[in-house]
This record gives sequence, C-alpha cells and structure tokens, in this order.
Amino acid sequence: MVNGIRFENVEKIFYTPSGEEVHALNGVDLEIEEGDFVCFIGPSGCGKSTLLRILAGLDTPTKGSVYLGGDLVTKPGHDRGLVFQDPNLFPWLNIRDNVAFALKTRHIYKENKAAVGEMIDMVGLTGFEKSYPHQLSGGMCQRAAIARALVGKPKALLLDEPLGALDAFTRMNMQDELLRIHKKEKMTMVMVTHDVDEAVYLANKIVVMSARPAKIEEIINVTLSYPRDRNNSEFISYRSRILKVLDFAGKEKEPEYNI
Amino acid sequence: MLKYINLILFIVSVIVAEVLELLVPDSPLHKSSRYPYFALLLLGILIVYLLRVAVNRVKTGSFNLYNAPLLTGVVTFLNILNLVTAKFAFLPTLYFPTLDAVFGTLVEDRELILKCIGYSMGILSSGVGGGLILGFFTGLGAGFNKKIAYWINPVIRILGPIPATAWIPIMLIIFPTSRSASAFIIGISVWFPVTVLTSSGISNVKNSYLEVAATLGSSELEKIFKVAVPAAMPSIFIGLFNGLCASFVALMTAEMIGAKYGMGWYVNWQKEMMCYANLYAGLIVIAVLFFIVITLLFKVRDKVLLWQKGVIKW
Repeated sequence: MVNGIRFENVEKIFYTPSGEEVHALNGVDLEIEEGDFVCFIGPSGCGKSTLLRILAGLDTPTKGSVYLGGDLVTKPGHDRGLVFQDPNLFPWLNIRDNVAFALKTRHIYKENKAAVGEMIDMVGLTGFEKSYPHQLSGGMCQRAAIARALVGKPKALLLDEPLGALDAFTRMNMQDELLRIHKKEKMTMVMVTHDVDEAVYLANKIVVMSARPAKIEEIINVTLSYPRDRNNSEFISYRSRILKVLDFAGKEKEPEYNI
Repeated sequence: MLKYINLILFIVSVIVAEVLELLVPDSPLHKSSRYPYFALLLLGILIVYLLRVAVNRVKTGSFNLYNAPLLTGVVTFLNILNLVTAKFAFLPTLYFPTLDAVFGTLVEDRELILKCIGYSMGILSSGVGGGLILGFFTGLGAGFNKKIAYWINPVIRILGPIPATAWIPIMLIIFPTSRSASAFIIGISVWFPVTVLTSSGISNVKNSYLEVAATLGSSELEKIFKVAVPAAMPSIFIGLFNGLCASFVALMTAEMIGAKYGMGWYVNWQKEMMCYANLYAGLIVIAVLFFIVITLLFKVRDKVLLWQKGVIKW
C-alpha cells in the first residue's frame, strides 16, 4: 500500500450560471492498491471523470480528500500521468520531442535521454520519432500520449476514456497494449470508460457509478486471469452483472416489432 | 520543341526589345543618358536567366522553365513602356522619363541611395524590434492575467486604432531627433497588432495543453513559455505580419514629413526637385527593400511554424 490511492468522503459541487447546486460527487470513499488496474464505469453525468480529475489534481474536491501513497493530493504533479480522450500532443513538437517534453520540463532530460527512446519503442512508434502529430493516425497519437505520460515514471497512470475516439480494431489492439504496459511497469492504472466490455477485459477492480445522485453503486473485483477471453462464460457473467447494476440488462423492453 | 516554347518566347521578347531600343532613336524631347542602361539591363536579365536554367539543368537534370512566361511578360511590358516614353514620347516627358534615366539613377545616384537605405533600415529595425518585444509582452500579460487584461485592454482599444501616422506631428516635438521620433512611431504601428494577436493567441490556447503540462510537472513559467507561447505562435506571426505592413506606411510617412535621410525623404525630395527619374528609381528601391523584408519574415515563419505545414496556410 506504499503507492496506493485513497479517496475519503470526496464531494464535488458545481454551480450552474443561475446559481443552482449540481452534486457531481456525493461522498465517495474508495481504496485503490498499488498495481491495481481500476476502471470507473457509469452513465454520463455520474462524476467518473470528475473523480479522475480530482485525483489528477486538476479539480479540487468541495469536501473530503484524496491521498496518493499517504500524501494529500492538492495540485497536478508528475507522480500522476494523465491521458485524455484527445491525445493532446503538442502539435509544434515532433513525436520524440513530445515524449521528451515530460523530462525536459522537469530538467531531468540529460540524465534520462535513453528513457525517451525506450518508451517510444515500448508503445511501438519506433521510426516515427521525427513525425509531427498531424501526420499520424489517432491510435498512434494516443500511443505517443501514453509514452509521454509514462516516461517520467509516475506512480499512477490516469486514463480518461483514452480509447473512446478510436475505431473498434485499434481499440482492441490498444487494450492489449495497455495490459502489456501494466504488466511491464507494474504501476497503478485508473481508467474512466463507458464501455462495459473494455472494463471487464482490463480491470481487476471495476467501480460502477450511478448518476443522480452521483455516487459509487458497487465495486466489483474481477478475478479472471489475463489474457481474458471475451467469449468466456465468466466474462459474460461479469458483463451482465455490471449491466444489471447500471440498470440496462434487467429492463423488460417492448419488442420493437411483432411477427 | 513545344516543351521549349516558353524559353523561345522569352528569348524572342528580349531580342525584339533590344532591337527596338538600339535601332529606333530616342525622341529628341528626352535628354540622352550616359550609358545604354536599359539595353544592358535586358541583356543582364537574359544572361542571368539562361545561366540559372543551365545550372538547374546540371543540378537536377531537368529544364525548369516555370518563370519564363512571367519574365516574357516583364520584358514585353518594359519594351512597351520604353516605346511609349523614350522612343515616341507619347506621355509628358517631365513626368515620364526614359527607362535609361530611371535605371541610370540606380547606378549614378547609388551613394545617396545606399545611405538612405541604411538610414531607413536602421529606423525600421529598431522600431519593429522595439514594437515587437513590447507588443509580445503586453499581449502575453493580457492573455494570461485577468488583472493586466483589465488595465491593458482599454488602452489597446482606445490608442490602438489611432493610425500610427497621426502621431507624427506630436512625436516630432516630443522626441529630440526625427530619427527617434520615426522609430517610436514605427514601434507603435507594430505594437498594436502584435499585442492584440499575441493576447488572442494566448487566450485561445487549448486549456488541455496546459493541463497536460501541469500533470507532467511543468512550472508556471514553463507552461507559459514552453506551451502557451509556441501554441500561440501562428497568431503572433499574423500580428507581426500586419505590424510590419503598417510599419512600412509609418516609415515612409515619417520620413517624408520630418527626416533628412531615408528612402521616404529621398522620394519626396526628388519630387520637389522635379527629378522624376530619381523618384521612380526610389520607388523601385522601396519595393525591392520591403519585398526582401517580407520574404525574410516568411522564411523565419516557415522555419518556426514548420509543424503547421498541412495544418494552416497563409
């Protein structure tokens, strides 16, 4: 539990322009252990991204606190790498310089030069170092963004729907990539997604959240071993369990047509 | 054969112009010039272009005749101009001197012209440099800090739209020399667009770029100079381009009104002396000078904004 993450009674209230209170998060308590792969899943408006942004230090909770390895999180820092849905690579830097930015900005580039090449190699972008982001596909840019978030050796990698904008094939490919990185770097990964399959495929702990009131509905530990088979009966039962919690599967639907 | 038609047309146009220039005598209304400048210029254009094509052929192995039609047009235009002015004097000879006289001025009056170029460029560089630095930092402040924006924006809105040239009378009184007054006026004309476009560029930087930098451990200064400024660079360059164009106007006007040297002064003075050949020569020098300055800016821009290729074009 050296680099574990702890949410203590985290509450977040937004105010609309008309002064109304919107409860984005209601008293969230959560423990994440070092090396966990956690997925936050839930309908839009359930506060899963807000929770991740609070962990990243980009938003401050209205009440409660977040700890990483025993230290209170107050602002963004290089101990938590963050990857957004949009890769957000700096368009004025080529791929190598984008990855190297993470080291240069902390003035530790000279002694860690080799790490940049290794990281680019690990995400499979060798040969594209000199390319600019607009010359690469969405999936390749996202790989570079992951390399940039990882090269500074953060304690945790935070992923905010990182694969949401990718096509189905690239997506599955990148999921395997994430698992490989997780296994190799042995770091805590926290990911926001709204894809149930993705959550069951990747996570060992799935935090199912609900909207209105925005809170944690259930925490499910997935005990399947990696690599997981998407057609495995246990996999499917995890999926239906999550869907039930999210209140989709159980609903009796009117048939759309009758014969 | 058809492939070289452009080159042949170009050579023919030069020969026609040369023959007319050398065989048709100048109108007696014009003063004769010391050397056949126009004929030499045409010959020069022909030789330089043929050499360039030949060198290119050796280097790349193919004939590049892209500029041949354009040069044919230029030579034909000069040829007609030569006939209308020097040969037949269709236009008043005082205001429309011979091409020999115009190009001759560039050679015979070169000492004064060079001095004026040096003077103008000196003022231009100090004015543009000062305006650019000041505009960059005011824009940066206004783009980043709400308090600075609160105080700066009204100043920009009220003082900015005043044409820089409108300041000339008062600046000539305030500043000890016309040189420093001109530089200051040029500074104002560059400062305004650079400030506005830097500030707008900075405030339009995607917030997520700054968030990414924050999670990578960037300090506030790093976020400003390593993320926001490069991201705003395209906008800053547009500001600089606008400012540079405005500075040409300011430079010429300031020199015409208050200076004792410089290309603006030269053109104005030659007009007062009724030396219209020198006036046209001065205009040619000004055109070439500003063309070079703008080309330099574009070269720098292409280097700095290399990453924009295929993203934005202007």
